[in-house]
Amino acid sequence: MTDTSHTYSAAAEAGRLRIRRTRWQRLQLELMKAPASAKIGLSIILFYAAMALFAPLIAPYGEAEILPQPYAPWSAEHWLGTDQIGRDILSRLIYGARNTIGIALLTTLLAFAIGGGLGLMAAISRGWLDQILSRGVDVVMAIPSLIFALMLLSVFGSSAASLILIIALLDSTRVFRLTRAVSVNVVVMDYIEAARVRGEGLGWIMRREILPNILPPLVAEFGLRFCFVFLTIASLSFLGVGIQPPTADWGSMVRETAQLIQFAKYDLSAAITPLIPAGAIAMITVGVNFTADWFLHKSSGLRDEQ
Amino acid sequence: MHPVLSTVLKRLMLGVLTLFMVSVVIFCAVSMLPGDFGQAVLGQSATEDAVEAFRQELGLDRPAALRYLDWIGALATGDLGTSFSGRSSSGIDRSRPVAELVAPRLANTLFLASVTAAIAVPLALFLGITSALWRNSLYDRLASAGTLVTISFPEFFVAYILILFLGTLWALFPSLAAVEPEMALGERLYKSVLPALTLTLVIVAHMMRMTRAAIISLLASPHIEMARLAGESPRRVILRHALPNAWAPIATVIAFNLAYLVVGVVVVEVVFVYPGVGQLMVDAVSSRDIPVVQACALIFAAAYILLNLLADVIGIITNPRLLHPK
Repeated sequence: MTDTSHTYSAAAEAGRLRIRRTRWQRLQLELMKAPASAKIGLSIILFYAAMALFAPLIAPYGEAEILPQPYAPWSAEHWLGTDQIGRDILSRLIYGARNTIGIALLTTLLAFAIGGGLGLMAAISRGWLDQILSRGVDVVMAIPSLIFALMLLSVFGSSAASLILIIALLDSTRVFRLTRAVSVNVVVMDYIEAARVRGEGLGWIMRREILPNILPPLVAEFGLRFCFVFLTIASLSFLGVGIQPPTADWGSMVRETAQLIQFAKYDLSAAITPLIPAGAIAMITVGVNFTADWFLHKSSGLRDEQ
Repeated sequence: MHPVLSTVLKRLMLGVLTLFMVSVVIFCAVSMLPGDFGQAVLGQSATEDAVEAFRQELGLDRPAALRYLDWIGALATGDLGTSFSGRSSSGIDRSRPVAELVAPRLANTLFLASVTAAIAVPLALFLGITSALWRNSLYDRLASAGTLVTISFPEFFVAYILILFLGTLWALFPSLAAVEPEMALGERLYKSVLPALTLTLVIVAHMMRMTRAAIISLLASPHIEMARLAGESPRRVILRHALPNAWAPIATVIAFNLAYLVVGVVVVEVVFVYPGVGQLMVDAVSSRDIPVVQACALIFAAAYILLNLLADVIGIITNPRLLHPK
């Protein structure tokens, strides 16, 4: 017998007592400690995700299925009635989750790929590339993005692909600014220098040395940017120049059923119909905002005014 | 030169440069991108000759730099070009100059924006400053929660809720803001109550939150602590020590949100069918009327840049550190 087992070590005792938690258990604990607003936010997001993923299973009718009666009132077959050409509004609302959220998510991911990549490169190279990109971003940001998007849409025409590309490009300017600002502080660290001296390539330094250190603010920003992109796309669709029919989308659904509001005195349920897709848009933004807020507090130790 | 003057001049030069760059971007975005406007504008039945003549009129055969100079030169004299709409494949030209289309609508938009600003700015500043002074009170929490919710709402949601309650259920105000040029001021105001109210709700939320944050960070700064410890009365601390330093952040907040108004006005004008520049722009985008889109984009961008410039200049000239150099 070796005498190591007889000597006392505090670290060893703490190690025996400490429960090794799996990732899943830690996540559960984290969720239990989360404030109410974050719980509400997360459940909203989960609810929408379920709607989006299983839309064909949940929706009672097809996305563009035209039924005989246009402008049907709320009833047992059509919970929320039908629209101007006889499509079931509840089904379109459920499919709308898939289309609207899908497109906004894709746009945000693209914006982060472009803006994040260029921002990292600008922060690392700091030369003419940084200058050109930063000044270019300054100019683009001097134009309100909704106006810029409207202008580009008039040139390229309104299709889902051009919508995604245009909004992603416009939004990547903000991602670029943030990524550059946070990574400039990381780039000057000694371990980056060590990696460089070791002979690592640009790609490695970006992915393995810098990215893990700037991830928390970027993740929180992802939530906020998603909201912004989502609202921009919804506004454009509402204006009639975003996602085009027959694709079900919340912004254009509000536009299509808006005139029902004037019948509020005769049939309140009809007047509420256009508010439901608008409310769906508002709800998801509230949910994502709450969750991003919580994440920001957790990851940065940031406290409000103290 | 006085440091304030030189800083202001530098900022003004930067503003002019930004305006120039933005005009280049708007010109390039519309003029150098692919897409054959000739066919799109004149229609499928247009003859080869008509399309060719149209392209020549636009000067698409000349170098881009020259076209830019022409465009910006005409712009300086108030000539915004000619609208695409009204042209037809038969060659009859009923198009109107863009300036003629834009001018009356610009006046309407400015009217709506100034009514909104007149209500929103004092209200937001009052709410922001009071909730910063009594922070973490019930009043502050209610205001914070309320504004967070309003911020998450798209403008058209707020607009339709207002229409539902104030326009149809209790028909207090008209839900269509059809403003005519010959209307008296009172009637104009009455017609634009709902659009102005919508915009107010949207920007008060942003403005109030930003004012609150600015005031709180100001009150936490060491010189305020020092003044308090030196035994100054709370009123004197606020008026003499906090306020002179608060002008800059408050001006920034106001200008930033008025610039936000520039964007919000587009959606709200469409909801209420208010005859303004925003609605004109959306119509022009749908019909791909490029000269009108270009002119509207330029107007919005210029307003946005000028408001931001104004905020910076106010920030500079009220900065006590620059006003009293050592």
